Amino acid sequence: MKQGLVRTGTAYFFMIVAAALILLPFWIAVSNSFMTESESATYPPRFLPSGIHIDNFITVMNNIPIIRFIVNSFLTSSIITVGNLITSCMAAYAFAFLRFPGRKILFGLFMATMMIPWEVTVIPNYLTVRSWGWLDSYQGLTVPFLATAFGTFLMRQFFLQLPKELMEAARIDGCGHIRIFASLAVPLSMPGLATLGIYSFLNHWNMYLWPLLITNSESMRTVQIGISMLQFADVTAWNVVMAGIVLVMLPSLVLLAVGLGRLVGGLTAGALKG
Amino acid sequence: MDKTPVVSMKRSVRKTRSIVRYPRQTRRWNEYILAAMFLAPSILLFGIFLFYPLIKSVYLSLHSTTPRGDVAKFVGFKNFTNLFTSDTFLSSLWVTTQFMLFTVPTTLILALILAAFCRSRIRGSRIFRFIFALPLAISVSTGSVIWMVLFHPTLGTLNYFLSIAGLPTINWLTDPNWALISISIMTIWMNLGFLFILLLGGMEGVPEDIYESARMDGANPTRTFVQLTLPLISPTIFFASVTSMIGSFQAFGQINILTKGGPMNSTNVIVYNLYQDAFMNFRFGTGSAQALVLFAMILILTLIQFKFGEKKVHYQ
Repeated sequence: MKQGLVRTGTAYFFMIVAAALILLPFWIAVSNSFMTESESATYPPRFLPSGIHIDNFITVMNNIPIIRFIVNSFLTSSIITVGNLITSCMAAYAFAFLRFPGRKILFGLFMATMMIPWEVTVIPNYLTVRSWGWLDSYQGLTVPFLATAFGTFLMRQFFLQLPKELMEAARIDGCGHIRIFASLAVPLSMPGLATLGIYSFLNHWNMYLWPLLITNSESMRTVQIGISMLQFADVTAWNVVMAGIVLVMLPSLVLLAVGLGRLVGGLTAGALKG
Repeated sequence: MDKTPVVSMKRSVRKTRSIVRYPRQTRRWNEYILAAMFLAPSILLFGIFLFYPLIKSVYLSLHSTTPRGDVAKFVGFKNFTNLFTSDTFLSSLWVTTQFMLFTVPTTLILALILAAFCRSRIRGSRIFRFIFALPLAISVSTGSVIWMVLFHPTLGTLNYFLSIAGLPTINWLTDPNWALISISIMTIWMNLGFLFILLLGGMEGVPEDIYESARMDGANPTRTFVQLTLPLISPTIFFASVTSMIGSFQAFGQINILTKGGPMNSTNVIVYNLYQDAFMNFRFGTGSAQALVLFAMILILTLIQFKFGEKKVHYQ
């Protein structure tokens, strides 16, 4: 009994230390965002603001078009997420339930695309997008990402886990594939859709290299590029920069809080089973 | 659920009719057409944005290009031979390898330990789960900017802690001996969330009764972890290590924001070098050659991992 107590104690100790280390950068960002400029530039560094100074958030919104950045990122990620869900579900359905020649080879080819690192395609894609005049446009930001092999794989796993009897019953009822797809397979795979949706949104919200390459005008910049350029702009005051950071982090934090349960297990299931 | 048989009885009549109406051949063709329709969007997009660029990369890597990106002339393997005789490129390969060795094992071990703690549903584990997963919500750029404040030589938090502990302060990002370590620390923090979630998911997939019987046998938690949990989740660990190695080869954002490859090229990883060559100096030929070297490295790594990892992996 006593041994168990010691063990739990050590476990808590480790967890609390780890949690403190992981939280430290977050805390620095949040506390600085509420400080006055002189408070955030003192030494030794302060860990608590003297009061809640929300004017940093107003300053950052006035000084840089951060709302525009957020809207750009939100639109881009949403379009890509919806596109991912649609293309993945369709391809996954074909691989899971339709019989056609070359299915195995084609599926293998899909899976092999996951091994192609993005950097290999980035130069030709940049040239393609530029030649289409898609620099500084939403098409350029979204279209190259609309299909995903990972999503196809994940959704296929979910489709294959649907009860066989149900599919058979529907087929015997005379449902065509399109109906089974739209009113059975997709609605019943909501957990899969949610996992893929959250994953895809977070991923593209955080995308860095591609928007850096293809957006030049300030009005098309995504939040990730905008925020990393803050330090070069006139505002080098950390409290204002951190206020911007907090604004940018907020959507992903909320999404994580809502979808954490989905992600645990969901990703693993997709990644491994089958 | 109860209703299904009734409905299917009623409808089965129609099914017989439909078979009569459509000969088997037609139905099979319908399925092919449907499959083609369902796959068309993905295949089209992969074709334009993955397969074509892959071939184009090979093509570009064998040519020299104008700054506009047009092919100037065929140079054969000169881009590659130039790369492997260039000190900058060779050092960037070494920096990338070091970066991988610094980040991947550490992140993996930390994530394993944290996941093991959180699996046992002790009081408050939900809060800890959320905290450990938090870095998942961090993007490269927000993370980098936050760490820029932490790393600041005079006002930064890290040097403040060092000075409290009576240690000399460190020029985290400007000392060539420290810059890569600093980038690695930041990267470990940033990637911890994803690996934690992945491994926790793997551990939760292990049926509870296996743990139950281990506890009945009087195995202590450490032994249970080493002898039971680790082997059982080895597929997840395997997957996690492959993906994070590949991820470490592709690091770019934190370097572009925090050090720009410097000081003295000490953080000039391969992707950063590629980015500079292709998009700063507009040498798309060399850039493509580097991209292909990166591709080959990742491919070899994946194959090695599959070949040797497979044996140690316990599939249930």
